[in-house]
Amino acid sequence: MIASLLAAGADPVCRVNECSAVPANIAFGIGAVFMVFAAVKVVTSRNVVHAALYLVIVLSGVALDFILLQSEFVAVTQVLVYIGAIVVLLLFGVMLTRAPLGVSDDLDNVKARPVGVLVGVVLLTVLAGSLISSFGDDKVALAAPNTVRSVSDAIFGPYLVPFEVVSVLLLAALVGAIVLARKE
Amino acid sequence: MLLNQFLLLGAVLFCIGVYGVIVRRNGVLVLMSIELILNAVNINLVAFGAQHGIAGAVFALFVIAVAAAEVGIGLAIVLLIYRNRATVDLDELHEMKG
Repeated sequence: MIASLLAAGADPVCRVNECSAVPANIAFGIGAVFMVFAAVKVVTSRNVVHAALYLVIVLSGVALDFILLQSEFVAVTQVLVYIGAIVVLLLFGVMLTRAPLGVSDDLDNVKARPVGVLVGVVLLTVLAGSLISSFGDDKVALAAPNTVRSVSDAIFGPYLVPFEVVSVLLLAALVGAIVLARKE
Repeated sequence: MLLNQFLLLGAVLFCIGVYGVIVRRNGVLVLMSIELILNAVNINLVAFGAQHGIAGAVFALFVIAVAAAEVGIGLAIVLLIYRNRATVDLDELHEMKG
């Protein structure tokens, strides 16, 4: 026990599962509670702008989880792209399509609510059951931190072709968005 | 840290997103629910990537890029619908219903 703790302390890269995982678990728990609450508010809020702001909390929690999983580059990209760009884009969409900002009752399809709850609960039961039965008490065996260097080595090495395809996709999306949104 | 705590959080977010896609009528709010679903997938990808190497993080980055493209096109379509019909209520769009 003590020897393993000392070995973990001597390890320059202190892996979370070898050190005490308690702080990470506390951070995860607090983040998860906030995320689930905010996600429920995203799909139930009666104010579109509030829904977008709750979405920011969910996205920040996802970035926190990426940091706990030692993928800091993905976490930074999450903050830059999602919180910095996509939420702003969604807010622009809200402002351009809904002149009266505020509480409105016609955001939900009330008839579809029981169906939505049923589908969500059944899906969650199936997913959670299969996850628990197949992964049980597996620990996250963090191999090595996903540093910027290793991510870039992977993207510009074995994943170069998919990366180029994604850049072409982004260009096509840019052109398509301009064509669609442009006035005749 | 258990692997399952990340996977279960992803499952919960996914189901909340599916509920939002089914129940919401406003086009922008449906796009927000789709973002929830994509983020649930990203949590799973990065959690498995932490176990099995770098591929999970790389695919999470690709998913983020595709989500950016998707929301750009989606909002352009929503704006176009709003310009033509003065509403973004998805229940009003039933021309293609047989």
